[in-house]
This record gives sequence, structure tokens and C-alpha cells, in this order.
Amino acid sequence: MSMPFYVAPEQVMKDRAEYAQKNIARGRPVVATTYEDGILMAAENPSRSLHKISEIYDRIAFAGVGKYNEYDQLRVAGVRHADTKGFAFSREDVDARSLANLYAQYLNSVFVHEMKPLEVEILVAELSIDQRPDQLYHVAYEGTITDEERFAVLGGDAETITERFERSWQRGWDLPSALGAALQALTGGDRTLGPEDLEIAVLSRRNGRRTFRRVDNGELGTLLAAAPAPAGAPGSAGGPEGAGD
Amino acid sequence: MALPIFSPVDDPGPDFTSLLRKSGMPAMPHSEGISVAHATTVVALRFADGVVMAGDRRATEGYSIAHRAMDKVFPADRWSAVAIAGAAGPAVEMVRLFQVQLEHYEKVEGVSLSLEGKANQLAQMVREHLPMAMQGLAVVPLFAGYDLRRQVGRIYTYDVTGGHYEEADFQATGSGGRDARTTIKLGFREAMRRNDAIELAIEALYEAADEDAGTGGPDLVRGIYPLVAVVDAEGFAAVPESEVADRFLNLIERRRSERGSESARGEPQ
Repeated sequence: MSMPFYVAPEQVMKDRAEYAQKNIARGRPVVATTYEDGILMAAENPSRSLHKISEIYDRIAFAGVGKYNEYDQLRVAGVRHADTKGFAFSREDVDARSLANLYAQYLNSVFVHEMKPLEVEILVAELSIDQRPDQLYHVAYEGTITDEERFAVLGGDAETITERFERSWQRGWDLPSALGAALQALTGGDRTLGPEDLEIAVLSRRNGRRTFRRVDNGELGTLLAAAPAPAGAPGSAGGPEGAGD
Repeated sequence: MALPIFSPVDDPGPDFTSLLRKSGMPAMPHSEGISVAHATTVVALRFADGVVMAGDRRATEGYSIAHRAMDKVFPADRWSAVAIAGAAGPAVEMVRLFQVQLEHYEKVEGVSLSLEGKANQLAQMVREHLPMAMQGLAVVPLFAGYDLRRQVGRIYTYDVTGGHYEEADFQATGSGGRDARTTIKLGFREAMRRNDAIELAIEALYEAADEDAGTGGPDLVRGIYPLVAVVDAEGFAAVPESEVADRFLNLIERRRSERGSESARGEPQ
């Protein structure tokens, strides 16, 4: 006869959190930022078919880091939720906030009730209508939800990347500068990433109803060539973009 | 609404209709409609770079006009168009479901369906609608698109049982379909240019409206003109209303001057 051991709930939660954090930290990060025309999402991802960034609905995109099969299941659930809601009501009634909340509840219930938490961190990005700011909802593995209006970083090394990106971020910058800064923040300037190592997508106001668009290798090459020289590199003294707010 | 997460054995896959069924939401409710709007002419024809699709704007209920500015030509997705004839309510609902289905598949799977796949999807929806068709609420769509793999425009017609047939060059359905088809048959040439194809579609709709009470012609007073769309390698594009209006006005002018010269000839000296 074996007796179940008593484990303090505090310890259980701590173990689960550590387990999830450790595995998420191993994954490659995603950076998302607003720019003049919409929202840019950039990830280091050598795969052409297993995407980290995808379309959910007309103005909503999804990005996930961590275990692919787990965040892909969440992505598909998001597409289903959005399409069902848009079909039952109207396309305008589909919003990122309610979807992000559903994700948060689901992640939380798995974290609390299941053996193993989901090893994922996800982002729900929404392009706003009229003059309101764009929204980036960042949902962590245990269901903590935060909203950002400027940029969000998910996955391994998030703190370091956030720190780097914070320094170069500007409101209303153009796509090449935003992309250049995002890559600079991802690599820290000690590696160069070519178009084949990257997965880049945008939600752009110029795309008509479905605002999501993947940036293909050809276009990425031109954008990278147009990106200004990394100003956040060590040695350069901040410059005009150094004004952190 | 709950987050739709399914166990792998219960997963509806990229099929939006079965997702709706699993969510306890009937895709196309079997309503007991009696008074319904129908009668129509919609046409589709191939040209060198793709297909042209056009439809009149009139919806009728019995002998009266229910709507003067109804849309019967819709983009199904970026590379295809669907036009409807039959009972207006269920037809519009079918198009809405079809549009979501194509987009849903594309988002879940990460790739678009082939044109053949899209045509088969629509056939399934028409087939599921058969019980209502038996009660008199038939929906007969016309589907056309640009096949990105073969790089040609293709046209599919349907019957109420969901049978679908690929047409070689052109097709027209609805109560005025026969008149429209005859006009296209006489004017059709292989590998026409875009403008000629649009012109022929417009002429076909004009002739159909001339012969069929259920088909609306150009409404010069209210400025309502049939809808014309082109699907080619660039995707779906509606022909601007001003261009359609000009073409109709030119056509009417041509017909009037022809009649004028005829009656001048026929008049006794």
C-alpha cells in the first residue's frame, strides 16, 4: 500500500511554473511591434511550413512560442472561435480582447488542473479601427494576460530582448526601421539573420479586409536592404531614437 | 462563447460546416419560408486571362419586385466568384457560409483549396439544401474562378441535387438564363480580350432582361446597374459601376440608333 504524499500547493505551482518556464525559454523568441501602417511580427524560424505567426481573422493575428503542437492547437481554436463568432454575429464583432481572455482562461485551467502546464506563450495582436491604439495581448503559460500598445516580446531571452528593443523603439516608425530594430533586438547584433532564417508577417491597414500578410523572402530582402544601419549597436550614442518614454 | 478545443478523435478539421454542427449551431436553418424572392439571370464566361461573371439586380416575390438592388455576384475568396439564382434568403446564406468555409480552410490548413476542391465544397452545400429545394426553395449557384495551378479560368454549374458540371466556355442560369446563353453563344469567341468579354456579358444581361420578367435591366432612373466582376491571375475584381453604366448607355444608344434607322427605312415616303 502506498500513501499519497502531501505536497504543498505552493510547491506544486512552483514546480509547474518552473517546468513551463524552462521549456519556453528554450524556444526561439517572437518580437511584435506597432509601426506606421500596422503591426509587425518577427521571429527567427528556419521552417517554411511550421509557422509561429499566423492569421486568425480580418484584423487579428496570432503568434506562439514554446511547444509547436500546443500553440498550434490554440491557434486553430482561435480561428474556429473567430470564424464561428463572425458567422453567428458580424465580422465587426470579432475582437482580440475576448479571444485573449478565452486563451487566458484555458491556459489557466490547464495550469491548475492538469498534470502538466502548456509550454507556450502566445500573442494576440489586433489592428484597431479608427484612431484607437493597436493592441498586443500577451498571454503567458499560466494564463497571465497583459496588454501592450507599443511592442511585445515572447519566449526565451525575453527580458534581454525587451531591454534592447526598448532603446530603439519609436512611435509611428516605418516598416524597414521597425524590422531592422526587431532583428537587432533578436540577435543583439552579434549574428546576422538572412531572409531564410526569418518568419515575418504584418497586419497592415493597406491590405484591405484581411489585413494579415506574410512577408516573403524577396520582399524581405528589399526591406532588409532598406533598413537603416543598426543605431542601437554598442558605441552609437542613442541618436534621435534614444528617447524612451 | 467557449474556446472550441476538441479532442483529436472528435476534431472537425478545417471543415467549417461540421464545426458549426459540433458547436450546436445549424449551418443553414430549415425555415418555413413561403414568400420568397427569386428569378434572376447570372452569367459567366471565359476569356483569355480568366473569367467574367455578371448578374442582374432584381429580386421578385410573385409578380412584384422585392428588391431592385440585390447583389447576386459575390467574391467566394480571392481567386473565385459565386453567383446565385433561386430563393434569395437561403442563397445569400449559402454564399456567406461558403465564403467563411473557404477562408476557414485556408487559415486552419495554411493553404487554399484547389479550384476543384472549392467547387466540390459548394456542391456539398447545394446537396445539403435539397430538402428545402424540394419544398420549392431551390438554390442554384454558378461558380467560376481562376485556377492558379492550370492558369486558366474555369466555370462550374450546379443543379438542385448538388450535381455540378464544368462548363467549357460559358454558362448562364436563372429564369433569364436561356436568353442570356443564346446571346453569349452567338458572340463568344475563343480567347477574347477582357473588354470584349465584359461587353458580351452586359449584352447577354440586357437581352435577358428584355425577354424575362424576372430579370432586371439597367435602371437608368435610380442608377442601378448589373454587377460585373472579373477573376484573373490578379484575383477577383468588381468592374467599377461607372464603367458598367457607360457600357449600358452605349449599348442602349446603339440599339436606339439601329431602331431609328430601321423605322426610317420602313416609313412610307
